Amino acid sequence: MTSHAANPATLRRLRGHIRLRQETRDAILFALLVGPNLLLFAIFTYWPLLYNGYLSFVQWDLLAPIKIWVGFDNYRFLFGSAEFARILANTFVFTAASVGLTCLLGLVAALLLNQKLVGRDAVRSIIFSPAMLSGAAIGIIWIYIFDPRYGLLDIFIRALGGRSPNWLLSGPWAMAAVIIVYVWKNLGYAVVIYLAGLQAIPRELYEAARVDGANAWARLWHITLPGLSPVTFFLFLTTILASFQAFDIIKVMTGGGPVDATTTLIYYLYQEGFVGFNAGRAGVAAVLLFVIMLSFTIVQMRFTERHVHYA
Amino acid sequence: MTMWDDEDAIMAQIGWTQDWKREGALPQTIPAPSNRVEYRSGQLARAAGYGGMILALLIIGLPVYWMIIGAFKTSAEIYRMPPTWFPHTLTFANFGEAWRSAPFGRYYINTIITTAFGSGFEIFFAATSAFAFAFLPFPRKDWLFLLLLAALMIPNQVTILPNYLTVASLGWINTYQGIVVPGAAVAYGTFLLRQYYRTLPTEILDAARVDGAGHLRVLYSIVLPLSQPALITFALLSLVAKWNDFLWPLLVTNTRDMRVLPIGIFWLMVEEGTIEWGVVMAGTLFVVLPIALIFLWAQRYIVDGIAAGAIR
Repeated sequence: MTSHAANPATLRRLRGHIRLRQETRDAILFALLVGPNLLLFAIFTYWPLLYNGYLSFVQWDLLAPIKIWVGFDNYRFLFGSAEFARILANTFVFTAASVGLTCLLGLVAALLLNQKLVGRDAVRSIIFSPAMLSGAAIGIIWIYIFDPRYGLLDIFIRALGGRSPNWLLSGPWAMAAVIIVYVWKNLGYAVVIYLAGLQAIPRELYEAARVDGANAWARLWHITLPGLSPVTFFLFLTTILASFQAFDIIKVMTGGGPVDATTTLIYYLYQEGFVGFNAGRAGVAAVLLFVIMLSFTIVQMRFTERHVHYA
Repeated sequence: MTMWDDEDAIMAQIGWTQDWKREGALPQTIPAPSNRVEYRSGQLARAAGYGGMILALLIIGLPVYWMIIGAFKTSAEIYRMPPTWFPHTLTFANFGEAWRSAPFGRYYINTIITTAFGSGFEIFFAATSAFAFAFLPFPRKDWLFLLLLAALMIPNQVTILPNYLTVASLGWINTYQGIVVPGAAVAYGTFLLRQYYRTLPTEILDAARVDGAGHLRVLYSIVLPLSQPALITFALLSLVAKWNDFLWPLLVTNTRDMRVLPIGIFWLMVEEGTIEWGVVMAGTLFVVLPIALIFLWAQRYIVDGIAAGAIR
């Protein structure tokens, strides 16, 4: 007695049927798991990006029922204005200085820490800890530190025979103060990344160099620094992108001032959108910010592809 | 566009590949020096190393110390010239004063709720979408994954104005969902966990399937427990980010009752400001203390996770 299912042709058909149903069910599960995540991105990330583009072509105060289409007027206005040129310059200065100092000091600290030292890992964690703290809280602590009469920094400046500037009341000093605080907050991140990068350089390279009689400088120059290029690029990319998003410390410490001395592009976007109620200009700022960050990412990716030496 | 050919290659280029095997104490890189000159320079390097360690500790530690002693100083002492290194009279009054000047109890509740839900959503979405992308079939799956990764290039800061309009039109201003929902989706965590899932031994997963376990069962009882290190690191980073979030809650709340801690401390400073530094420092301690404790407890997971993120 042969049962129906034992027939090879039927079996094959049945198996195919099951596989098909299984695949459909898997695809449905996939949609259920991924769907909400992608839907939220569509609503709160991709759509806003497009909408920013639209807003940059209109004149609107966020309240009026109609938005007036003005073409490229907002762009023309901003790129012709001295104020906006200053804001772009501020953004450049802030990013260049904070990224440059963070990476440079982080590299020096990591090179010093990259040896057998008691308590080294604990120090690494302590240096990293400010990166975990609220930017608003850090900004407030540092206002107190920068206080020209009762602040911590004044103790040192006085000991050196100087007089504390009115940090947050003069444009260049306020920019310097904001940069100092950002470097203080992010230094540990750079140290952690560089230490990890140093650990990844193969020890045999140092051994070989030593056998060849290379001194410490030569080893630093020919092995360590080239070996660190991949993490350096990673660090540059992440800190540059983070600096374009820097908001909380600036908001708390200077409010973009005095006048607009510490107003960066992201701060300008906030200011125009939520204080000045000028959706068009905020839209231009948002579009510009996005384009700058996107091009950094792409340039970085292209550059990394060609030049970085993977140790 | 050629650069989109393989998302692993892209992420490798910008350094986003993971090596989670690299855990525990850092190995020592430089072997013991062999001859006398090398020995001398080794001693010198060590001295410089300890010098650098002390300097770094001072630079990072002093501002924190300044905040802590500020919170314990009397107002009279704070405004004495020159400033003092140790509080002459230790006072706890600033903490009570801060708690009375602003509804910190309410701020804590708000922050705990928005952090729990904000991180909860992120961790849930990351764990489940990563599973789908790693193990489930779907037409054009890799395109969808790139679509998700593209979100990494669009920071929240760029989208604040349209999102504010959306949240306002939903009537979500001054609500928890207004604070939480726009930031609930997660791209980085999805990528991170998918990479980790793909390193798991397939034999175990297959064995579970042969035993008749469904996908969700495999995810819950095998994949998630095996992925604990990656999950914990991501969860901690998400938690810290949500707790400290400033810009978005600042925009979508305008009543005192709905403020979260970072916004609350900002307004406390604006109101009390340079008149009552002791009170403001006490309030600042309220904000940073929980995160400082979490970091103290879990620093290894966080720091090693960050380090692993930069190295392939």
